[in-house]
Parts: sequence; structure tokens; C-alpha cells
Amino acid sequence: MKKLFVIFLLAVVGYSLVNALMDVPFGENRIEPGTVSAFYLEKTPTQLSVANVITAIVVNYRGFDTLGEVSVLFLASLGLGSILYRKHKEGEEEVAILKPSSQLVQAGSKLIFPAILVLGAYVFIHGHLTPGGGFQGGAIIATGFLLMMMAYKDYKVSHNILMWVESLAGIAFAGIGIVGLVVSHSFLENFLAIGNLNDLFSGGIIPIIYVAVGFKVAAELTGVLDTLLNIKDKH
Amino acid sequence: MMFEAIVIIVLAIILLAAAVYAVMQKDLLYAVIATGVISLILSVFFFIMQAPDVALTEAAIGIALTTIVFIITIRNTSRREDEVLVEKEPDGTEKEN
Repeated sequence: MKKLFVIFLLAVVGYSLVNALMDVPFGENRIEPGTVSAFYLEKTPTQLSVANVITAIVVNYRGFDTLGEVSVLFLASLGLGSILYRKHKEGEEEVAILKPSSQLVQAGSKLIFPAILVLGAYVFIHGHLTPGGGFQGGAIIATGFLLMMMAYKDYKVSHNILMWVESLAGIAFAGIGIVGLVVSHSFLENFLAIGNLNDLFSGGIIPIIYVAVGFKVAAELTGVLDTLLNIKDKH
Repeated sequence: MMFEAIVIIVLAIILLAAAVYAVMQKDLLYAVIATGVISLILSVFFFIMQAPDVALTEAAIGIALTTIVFIITIRNTSRREDEVLVEKEPDGTEKEN
């Protein structure tokens, strides 16, 4: 009876998905002139000098939404930390990783860790030129720290430094918005020179915001992973 | 074009197989690794369908971070789906809950 109900539910979901996706012409150019998407595609390279239109939409046109997204991630990590984070007392036995990794894994992690950090930094610094941006770069950096935490039993990240990086990046994002409000006429308004298309220093406030978001996301996710890995094992 | 279609079909079959395996497998560690495989193939799909931004996110979050969070959860609970948690009573007998 229960299985029949599940199958029925799956059939309903599948039918509605197929029904909804039937009308979407995949692989065809369906951007009609005069719509908002046509406006973005047409105006972004000329008005903002940003090659990656997605970044321009996410950070410039819809910058306030991105601020909300960043706050959501901040609140999630704050809630998780307030429930699970515990300070280590002196002389307490560490139980984060029970067995140390082999020497091969340790040496390989040490070799690949700087490369992961550089890749993450590249992704968020070049967010307005190539695919990617602050969230992706921050997540890549967090995976690098995760690799080190798994390979080395006694690898520690300082929660103090993470807290400062996270707070300063958040303040930078909101501060840029307020400067835009003061200098120009609206919150998160672009107040810097836009430069030339495909230059590293172009796009106004977009690269600055994405660097701030990258640091913020990297610090948050690293803190979350460190907190989770250090839960006291009950066995 | 033909080659791309073959690649997509093969990847889609692997994706479905991994999804079914993740649901059927009683050993949760293997099931979590199967969901990681799903994320990997999805990330390739996003790239083929010209959404490299989403592909990057899926690669970092779906493959690495989600998988490790599930593995940490498994370490702190139980590894097998049908396993009954056994706790010791104060008098030494075992109690099932």
C-alpha cells in the first residue's frame, strides 16, 4: 500500500515535470527582442564592460539578491556553529580523525593544496571575465582546506582568523553598497569606472564584490567543515 | 554531433544506474559515494549544456562538500541502513532502540 502510494506520487511528479519541460525549446535561441534577457545580453558588454553576463546580472543588476544569498549562507553557518561548535579544553584528546592518513596521501595533499587555493582565487578574481565567481571560488578554497583537514590529523584552522575574514568581507560587501547609496542614488549602485571590456580591472564594483564574496564563502564553509569534523564521537 | 549524443546517452545511463544504486544500497557509505557520482555526471551535463557557472558550483559543492557532510553524519550515526542502534544499559545488558 505504501509502495503503491510512493509510485503514484512519483508518477504525478514525473508527469508534471514532463508536462512543464515539453514547452521549453532546448538548444534554440528563444530570446525575443524587447525582453529583459535581450536587454541584459545587449547592454552588458557595452554599458558595464563585463564579458560574463551572468556575473553582471548576479552582482550588478541583482546585487541586492546576492546580498540576501550571502546572508542566508551566513545565517546557516551561524546556526550550525552555535549548535555544534565547542572549544577544545586543555589536555583533551582529539577525536577529529581517528587514524592518520598514509604518507602518500599527506605528501600529495601538501603538493596539491596551494594549487587548489590558487584555482579558487583565480575563479573569484576573474568572476567578471570567465565562468565562476565568488560562491564557486569560495567553495573550491573550502575543498582545499577540507583536503588538508582529512590528510593531517592535527591540522587546525583558527576560528578567530575565519571570524575576522568572514566579518570583514561581509562589511566590505555592505559598505560598497552604502558607498554607492551615498555617491550615486541607489544601494549597490556602480560608482567606479567601468574600464575596457576583458580587462582584469574592469566592471566597476563587480570584481571587488566578488572578491569579498569569495573570502566570505571560503571562510564560512571552512568553519562549517571544521566544526563538523570536530564533533565528539559518541562511541 | 553524433559523438556528443552518444556521450550524453552513456552518461545518462550511468547517472540513472548510480541513482538506483544509491536508493537500493543498504550500506550508506556506498550510497553516499553513488550520490557523489551523480553530482559528477550532472556537473559534466551542465558543462555540455553551456552552463559552466553551474557546473563549477556543482563540482565543488555537490561532489566534495555534500559528500563529506554525509560521510561525517554516517560516522556519527550508523553505517548500515537496517542496523539497529544498540546501547548498553547501566546493568550491562544491551537495549535495543
